[in-house]
Parts: sequence; C-alpha cells; structure tokens
Amino acid sequence: MNVAPPPLLAVEDLRVSFATPTGPFHAVRGVSFTLGRERLGIVGESGSGKSLTGRAIMRLLPASAQLSARRLSFDGIDLLSASTKTLRGLRGARISLVMQDPKYSLNPVMTVGEQIAEAARIHGGVSKIEARLRALAMLEAVRIRDPERVFRLFPHEVSGGMGQRIMIAMMLVPEPDVLIADEPTSALDVTVQLQVLAILDDLVRQRGMGLLFISHDLELVASFCDRVLVMYAGRVMEELSARDLASARHPYTRGLLNSLPRLGDERAELPTLSRDPAWLEER
Amino acid sequence: MISVRDLAITFGSGPGAVHAVRGVSFDVADGESFGLVGESGSGKSTVLRALAGLNRLWTGSATLGETSARVQQPRLVQMVFQDPYASLHPRHTVDRALSEPLEIHRIGDANERVERALADVGLGPAFRFRYPNQLSGGQRQRVAIARALMLEPRVLLLDEPTSALDVSVQAEILNLLRRLRVERRLTMILVSHNLAVVAHMCDRLAVMNRGLVVEEMDVATLRRAEPREAYTRQLLTASKGYDREVASGIVTFD
Repeated sequence: MNVAPPPLLAVEDLRVSFATPTGPFHAVRGVSFTLGRERLGIVGESGSGKSLTGRAIMRLLPASAQLSARRLSFDGIDLLSASTKTLRGLRGARISLVMQDPKYSLNPVMTVGEQIAEAARIHGGVSKIEARLRALAMLEAVRIRDPERVFRLFPHEVSGGMGQRIMIAMMLVPEPDVLIADEPTSALDVTVQLQVLAILDDLVRQRGMGLLFISHDLELVASFCDRVLVMYAGRVMEELSARDLASARHPYTRGLLNSLPRLGDERAELPTLSRDPAWLEER
Repeated sequence: MISVRDLAITFGSGPGAVHAVRGVSFDVADGESFGLVGESGSGKSTVLRALAGLNRLWTGSATLGETSARVQQPRLVQMVFQDPYASLHPRHTVDRALSEPLEIHRIGDANERVERALADVGLGPAFRFRYPNQLSGGQRQRVAIARALMLEPRVLLLDEPTSALDVSVQAEILNLLRRLRVERRLTMILVSHNLAVVAHMCDRLAVMNRGLVVEEMDVATLRRAEPREAYTRQLLTASKGYDREVASGIVTFD
C-alpha cells in the first residue's frame, strides 16, 4: 500500500485528556496513523484509549474531554477546525461509526427498518420508496433471514446479535468512505461474526472503503485486518503488518498472545502479563 | 455427581412458547470438569441455571448428588456468573458479600474464613472493606469466586466466567479456577462459547445447538479437531479467525 493515493484519514499526535480533581488524566497520548482504502485494526485492552481514538476522529467526545492533534484530517478536510455544519455533513454520510452496544444506540420507539431507511434518506438523498428498498437489501446483506418481518420490529424485539447487524446495516446504507467499527462483532457468535466481517471485507475490496476496526481480540484482528496498531495506556506500542503478528516484538503484544489459551497446546498454567512501567513513558 | 436425563425447558406457552432445552442428557463424575459449549440461544446457560436451582420449571430429571436440582442445595452447589459488574451488590462491601452466606448458614469463625477466602483467590486483606466500584473487573470476579466457595461446595457451576474480562485477566482467573479445582477437588460445569477456554479447563464437553446436545466428546478429540458432527466442525473452523472462504461456506444447522 506504499504507492497508494493520499490517505483517507491522517492522524498525527492525537491527544485526549480529561480534567479530574487530581489533575488532567491523559487517556490518549500522541497517537499517529494513516488510513487508506484498507483494513486497519486497533487492538488493546480496556482503558487503552482505542475507543476514544475512534470517537475523536468523529469529533464525538464528551464535552469534558480536551482534544488536540498536530493533524486530524479526512480526505483533505481538517477535522479540528471544521465547523459543526461541516462535521454534521461528514458524520454518517462519509464517516460512519458502529458502536459496541446496540441496546443504547438504536432508537427504542422507531422500528429498525425505519431507522435504516432514514439513514439512507438523509445521508443518501434518496426517495422514501428507494430508501425502504435499500434498507431491505442491506438487512439481507447482513444475513438477516426474513428482512420484511425484521424491518417492522422494534429494537427491544430483536436479539443482541441481530441488533448489532441492524446497526451495521444502518451505518453501511449511506455507503460511507470510512467506517469506524468499535468492537462491531464482539457480541456475535463466531459464525455470525465471520459473516459480518465478510460483508465489511467486501466493502473494502469492492468499494474501496477505509475500515478502522477497533477490537480487543488480537487474533481476530490479525486474521482480518491488513495492518494492526497495538495500544496500551493511550499509546501505540507497536504497528505491525497483520501477517507478522506471530513475530511481534513488543513484550506487551507478546504477553497478550501468550496469555491466550489455545486448542493446540496443553499448558497447565497460562503465563500472565507483567506490565512494565516503562511502557507508560512517552518516547 | 451430576446426572441429567431428558431435561426439557420451555418458556411461555401456546404458539409463542420457546423450547429452550429439548431433551438433554449427560453425566458428570465426582471431581470431573465438564464443558457446555454452544452459540447464543443453544440452551447451555438455561441448563446451568436449572442445575443451580434458579429455574425449577423443567421436565425430565436432573440430580446433584442424590437430590433433585429442584431443591436448592447451597452447601453442595454454587454458581459464578458472567458479568462481575452485575453479580455483586454495589452497596455491600466485599466483607459483607463474603460473610452473608456464613451468617445465613450459622457458620462460626466468620472473621478467619473471610480472610482465608480472600487469600485463596489472591486478594490481600486490604480488599476486605472495599466496595465493588473500587475493584477492577478481574478483582470483582475473584470476589464472586470467593463468595461461591464460602460454603465449601463440592460443585461449582461457571457461566462464561471470563468472557467479560481482558485476555490477560482471563489468564489469571483461569489459572485460579484450575488451582482451586485441584485443591478442593471440585466438580465443575463450565458454560462457554470459547472452545479454547473449555479445552483448557475441562476433561469432557458437550456441544449444544438449538436446545439439543449435538455431540459429547473428550477434550483430546477437540484438541485434535476431530469432532464427529458437521456442526462442531464448522464451529471449530469459525473459531480459528477470519477466512473469506470459511465465511462464505457457513451453513445454518437446525
């Protein structure tokens, strides 16, 4: 991907901090990466700052957060200085965010079909009838059996896994250039997870979408993404090509990989991770 | 120790009834660790809740020791739940959570027992008077395990005990459970969707789909990836990570 056109997303020295009674808490500390028409994974444990990084790109941080960056741009547009109006035009239409929990992200008093159709109408600028057809086609694309029936259901009537697929359908229907997916498949069964990933994979390959895939699952990310950033305590520990994960150098990445139980080996005791305070220091 | 025969559990009635478990049978010997594996909706947790006496509306038979699972036997069987954020009372200290079962069952020397229980799960005495919100997810799960062991049960039922935790914390909890199982000769049933976790923790397992046991096997068979049924083979392949070919070939089993 070295000779690729300019990146869709460019992030340089991204920082997010929160004021606390004991002084500022730095949740993201100098994260830099670019995203082209590829699958980039961000992996880390809870509290590593991976989700905040995704939200910072959307400029969807809580009001209490302090955001700074040397550069934060999407397709040549400076997201740091962009007006609220410009940002609203980008969000949903050109950059989409799939969040972890469908329970809190779907409108409870609107059928799921209407919500997907609304996304198509507002961001895709199509007629009501066309929007409905696109919503049904998208429901089918995310492997929902009987989309006509599911279209008329309310969020509380669908399972967690189905809710997650509905969210993905809603985010994909406006055909965004960049999709930020925060643990999009963690709540799904492995077989459904694979099918949903295949949909995302096809969108990257066929439409040239850029995918930022945020996950705690190192092995899944390695098998799915092109490149992987490993985050710990708000910093990028290392960046690797996904196929080189097995030869990761950083002790944190190695520690995470070693702590996983595997079908192939019979260790009585799993090695636990000892965290080196030096990882917290900024180089 | 545990014997389940033709266990069937239905929620609701009439045309809207959900047949969550549709005739499940298995045995778990004294001291054995048994895994129940399956995707969501397979009925694995429903079986576990019935064995814990949390749901008494079932047909067939399920016995722990000599007694039907309809009778709650807290000194024989205890359970650890998936979400350590939801399974501890937010306004009870660790001390209260651990001493309550002792008070209810009129067991003396609570002080020493609570201290020993904390040490057994790798928490220092400093944790004793903390509230759950002052603990990390892994520490909470250690407290939940300590609480389950306060009455010295012989059977421990585990419902996805590590799926809410980071992998480095998961390793710590799995190590702890393995050690406790040996030290206390516990009989365990572990419900999980994670085949590697089940292989690490169990001797035998049953694979469930849509309320039925698809097949039963020992862990060696699972490790060799030689299951008998196509359903289990697909589950195994899908667990190995993303592969476009595998994703296209996924079929639904009824």
